[in-house]
Amino acid sequence: MSAITTSSTVRQEVRTGATRQRLYPVVMHLVMAGAVFLVTFPLIYAFILSTQSTHLGTLVPGSALIENYQDAWRQANMGLLMRNTLIVALSVAVGKIILAILGAYALIYFRVRGGMAILGLIMLTHLLPLPVRIVPTYELLTDLGWVNTFQGLTVPFFASATGLLLFQQFFRTVPTDLADAARVDGAGPFRFLLSILVPISRTNIGALFLIEFVYMWNQYLWPLLVANSDQTRQIQIGIKLLVATDAVIDWGTVMAGALMAIVPPLIVLLVLQRSLMAGLTTATDDV
Amino acid sequence: MVAPVFRNRILPYLLLLPSAALVLVFFIYPAVQSLELSLYRVHRVRGVKLYVGLENFERLFTSTTYLNSLEVTAKFVVAVVFFALAISLALAVGASQPIRGFGAYRTLLIWTYALSPAIAGLIWALLTDPAIGVLTGALSKFGIDFNWRRSQSDALIFITAAAVWKILGYNILFFLAGLKNIPRDVIEAASLDGANAWTRFWKMIFPLLMPVTLFLLIMNTLYASFETFGLIDITTQGGPGRATNVLVYNLYNDGFKSTTGIGLASAQSIILLGIVATLTVFQYRFVSRRTFYQ
Repeated sequence: MSAITTSSTVRQEVRTGATRQRLYPVVMHLVMAGAVFLVTFPLIYAFILSTQSTHLGTLVPGSALIENYQDAWRQANMGLLMRNTLIVALSVAVGKIILAILGAYALIYFRVRGGMAILGLIMLTHLLPLPVRIVPTYELLTDLGWVNTFQGLTVPFFASATGLLLFQQFFRTVPTDLADAARVDGAGPFRFLLSILVPISRTNIGALFLIEFVYMWNQYLWPLLVANSDQTRQIQIGIKLLVATDAVIDWGTVMAGALMAIVPPLIVLLVLQRSLMAGLTTATDDV
Repeated sequence: MVAPVFRNRILPYLLLLPSAALVLVFFIYPAVQSLELSLYRVHRVRGVKLYVGLENFERLFTSTTYLNSLEVTAKFVVAVVFFALAISLALAVGASQPIRGFGAYRTLLIWTYALSPAIAGLIWALLTDPAIGVLTGALSKFGIDFNWRRSQSDALIFITAAAVWKILGYNILFFLAGLKNIPRDVIEAASLDGANAWTRFWKMIFPLLMPVTLFLLIMNTLYASFETFGLIDITTQGGPGRATNVLVYNLYNDGFKSTTGIGLASAQSIILLGIVATLTVFQYRFVSRRTFYQ
């Protein structure tokens, strides 16, 4: 903010400095509004397309809005897709949060012999993204009879190294006095966990829920392999099927479907972005 | 380190058991099998399994398809990481300026985080569609004929643009969090306003953002390498020719679209493991240490 100058024409400098300071926010607002427009333009364009049935690709909205969304909803069986994907995204998000909290709780509040080894084992998941183990994992699922089941879509995702680290890190910042006091009051480990630790962890829970919900909602490769029945098909694959047709693709309808598929994760993001931001701001010190 | 509060011999192990068991069953066991299968020639239908040593790896490193896939992936990943980091850093720094009303930009810039790579791909496919795309139309006015369905280099540019767009929200979110941790007086002293703004930014702000930048460097590399399958499957399907046949797409085709490719696909899995391991070592060496001690 300081416009330091050693020039001899100090007054003029100060005056132009003042003008600059007044103009600067205005210019920056213009720049940022432009940037937001550029980043959002593809989405706006997708929306315009979703209203068109003829003259596709012009920037003038068409009149087929309702028709396209109805078609997309029916053709893609969108209600079922949403239900299926919601089941998977919610179960994995909740399952991961529970397992991560329990694991971090054990490691921080108890003496665990070999705790580092167990932590190391769970951390190995970072080394092993799906493509590294895809063929055997698929065969394992076949052996378990879990193809086209919700177990197959969810259980392999329940373990979470990220969540474990997140909660471990947060639990370390919780004053020990709190647990000591609880114990003196006669609270057992579960009472303390449920009535004190979980409530004060809600920001981190919110952050992890957002990350995992969006991650699962957008899964593609795994559902492509293991969920081919109507009763389990996931939304990204449902959208793919709108495109993978031998008939002429109706792009207005495809875009309508794609836009509907964005809505749930977008809502979760809007609701929980503050939690994520707060979680990140405290966590980035040692990501 | 917190001193253990509760005493219980068994409970902590019970709490850790589900996570550990899931990791063993769905991560370690299949990974070990990948390693084993990479040394075999497998026929899926006939159920024949023949030990062939390193033959699969030899075949891969002498196959023009696989070498091309490595090259395509390298180009794609480098381009995605570079543009995603550069653009999101610029936008985050802009949006974090202490100016009234800028909170709105922060929200409006992170929304692409909710997008899936597949839908990002679809939207860009239409934006740059050779026939009806508004962007292709605009480019042709400048005499640029952009056609990702026909031109191999255009196809790579197209998937790069879509992949960058999708990850902007994630990166901006982390950069904003990083910027929020920087003391306000430093931000103000390094305001983009005034002389030498450029120099002041690189000297004062950027070093403080180094931990976040390195973290995002790793995360974006992993994203571009492993999470963009849907984007490619729903648009180019590896083409035209093999222009966008990235490693994971090639692996998928060998592992699931061919009856004899299981060994070959597993060898590709092991090569990917090598790549992830290298990145992870890099992360622990440089990223964590810097973040802990800065």
